[in-house]
Amino acid sequence: MYAQLVDTGAKRLKTLEEMSPEERAFQEKIDADIKIEPKNWMPEGYRRTLIRQISQHAHSEIVGMLPEKNWLTRAPNFKRKLQLLAKIQDEGGHGLYLYSAMETLGADRDEEVAKLHSGEVKYSSIFNYPALSWADMGTIGWLVDGAAIVNQVVLQRTSYGPYSRAMIRICKEESFHQRQGYQILLDMMRNGNEEQKAMVQDSINRFWWPALMMFGPHDSDSPNTAQSMAWKIKRMTNDDLRQRFIDQTVPQLEYLGCTAPDPDLKWNEERGHYDFGEIDWKEFYDVVKGNGPCNRDRLRTRRKAIEEGSWVREAASAYAAKQKQKNAAA
Amino acid sequence: MNQNQALFEYLLRLGDSDMVLAQRLCELVGKAPALEEEMAIGNVALDLIGQARSWLEYAAELEDAGRSADDLAFTRDERAYRNLLLVEQDNGNFADTMARQFLFDLWHYHLLSALSQSSDERIVAIAAKGLKEVTYHLRRSGNWIKRLGDGTEESHAKMQEAIDEIWTYAGEMFIADEVDSLLADAGIAPDLNALQQKWQSDLTTTLEEATLACPPMDAFMQTGSKQGMHTEQLGYLLAEMQFLPRSFPGASW
Amino acid sequence: MSDWTLFEVFVRSKHGLNHKHVGSVHAADPAMALENARELYTRRSEGVSIWVVPSAAITASSPDEKEPLFDPSDDKVYRHATFYDLPKEVGHM
Repeated sequence: MYAQLVDTGAKRLKTLEEMSPEERAFQEKIDADIKIEPKNWMPEGYRRTLIRQISQHAHSEIVGMLPEKNWLTRAPNFKRKLQLLAKIQDEGGHGLYLYSAMETLGADRDEEVAKLHSGEVKYSSIFNYPALSWADMGTIGWLVDGAAIVNQVVLQRTSYGPYSRAMIRICKEESFHQRQGYQILLDMMRNGNEEQKAMVQDSINRFWWPALMMFGPHDSDSPNTAQSMAWKIKRMTNDDLRQRFIDQTVPQLEYLGCTAPDPDLKWNEERGHYDFGEIDWKEFYDVVKGNGPCNRDRLRTRRKAIEEGSWVREAASAYAAKQKQKNAAA
Repeated sequence: MNQNQALFEYLLRLGDSDMVLAQRLCELVGKAPALEEEMAIGNVALDLIGQARSWLEYAAELEDAGRSADDLAFTRDERAYRNLLLVEQDNGNFADTMARQFLFDLWHYHLLSALSQSSDERIVAIAAKGLKEVTYHLRRSGNWIKRLGDGTEESHAKMQEAIDEIWTYAGEMFIADEVDSLLADAGIAPDLNALQQKWQSDLTTTLEEATLACPPMDAFMQTGSKQGMHTEQLGYLLAEMQFLPRSFPGASW
Repeated sequence: MSDWTLFEVFVRSKHGLNHKHVGSVHAADPAMALENARELYTRRSEGVSIWVVPSAAITASSPDEKEPLFDPSDDKVYRHATFYDLPKEVGHM
């Protein structure tokens, strides 16, 4: 998802008997659905994994502003410009809510951002794809936010209190994001000319598979899932989330009058789910490793903002120190 | 020129300045010196786009020529644009951005305060709503002028240079033409001299607090925006902003 | 940005009686913290009043001490309005 490959450091689950008394009490709390709060005792692995997961999630929100920014300055009318800016700004806000939750675990935002900039910590692979047409603003809202929401809705029940509360707030605010995107596409399909309709289909063709990749590798290739599920920092497996997303998205796709670039996509009466083709995992890992079309550009933009802003932040600190001195003297 | 023509022209000036500055702020997404600042810039841009839409909707109704606010914003050429030269200037560094913002906010604040007393009810409504937003914009940009001016040596130098550089575009805000005079006489728009005095007095106070020197008021000032004579920067800004409506004439989005 | 301070943010909403903790912001000084909190936590006009407090200035109880700190008041039902059964005729109080 927004945090796709989070290492828990545990390849096997401990049984309750193998745990220390503190750890057992902790696990029993989680099993009883009691939220873990910042000052509660927690295993180091839980804390570290959460910091990684929440920071990746936050980084994704911040980097995720960039593909949309690419069209914000070209939004075609007042209504769309306002909606898109509000959405982008929400994403910045959601990044900040998440950093704020992360900092309750004793992590430092600046340090975690530095890890992003050095490439040590990732953000969602989806934001390494370019936004090439206005229709992409629709597709990103509909498919990318749609995929994110599927994950975030279940994360509202995550075991860590501040993370769960951030998710609840984010889900409440994001409800308009996906509608905003779908409406862009729907308007183009219903009222647009042939060129605009082709733009929509082309956009879906480009974003369909990358959106499915957002849920991460197959469960069979996710050695960290068991531990994350036991800690309830993940509430559904990658494959289950992906299936849920596809099942709810295909009818919307059909309503648009568009198709998915997947010949194997069809309803399976027996399973009660849609079947779909195999994801190109080589592409997924290539993008994760930094070889997507926009990886370098995205990181360069973020690094530059922070580097070029350093004199501004220093000035603000210097001014604050001077004011404090003045007030003390007065 | 009759009063309606003057008013139409005046509304374009108000709307265009808001829109062009908002477009400049949109360019800054992903580039702010802190994430918190990203949020602030977004809020200001949202307010300005909203205000631009209100002014241009009124302009479109007044013109009654089948053009919408969107048509006015997204299909007029640079020679038809009426925004202040000040707001079309590049973002530059953060000091440049804030110098431009502060000079504008200060003018905007006093202008909307005056327009809230206009004899035109529609203008009063738009101005009163905008004034609440701009009061906050002004406080924020004023604080940045002080932080950067009285921050570090480096920031002080950058802030001073930014003010000095943009200064030449500040003057035209107060140079009245036929439109301004006609509307001032009708009690619709404020007298620009009175506006300038308030602006100048507030500016001096803030710059002093920021340990910055105020450039001379009688310096040479660039003019022309009221006649659609812009700097070269506006054309690129509009080319980007108007790309879709111009590439797909008549298409709906 | 390391020398910017972490501030905890409390917002009182339009219909809320008390300030409620909503999260944190980074800022160089309290005035900036207030501005940043306004930009971040009241985008949907949620708030009518904001408090910011340097995170370092907050002393929090440990949730593990929840029982000694809070359980004693569990039996002080008389502190709660519902304890007082009034005849219906008295109306809302």
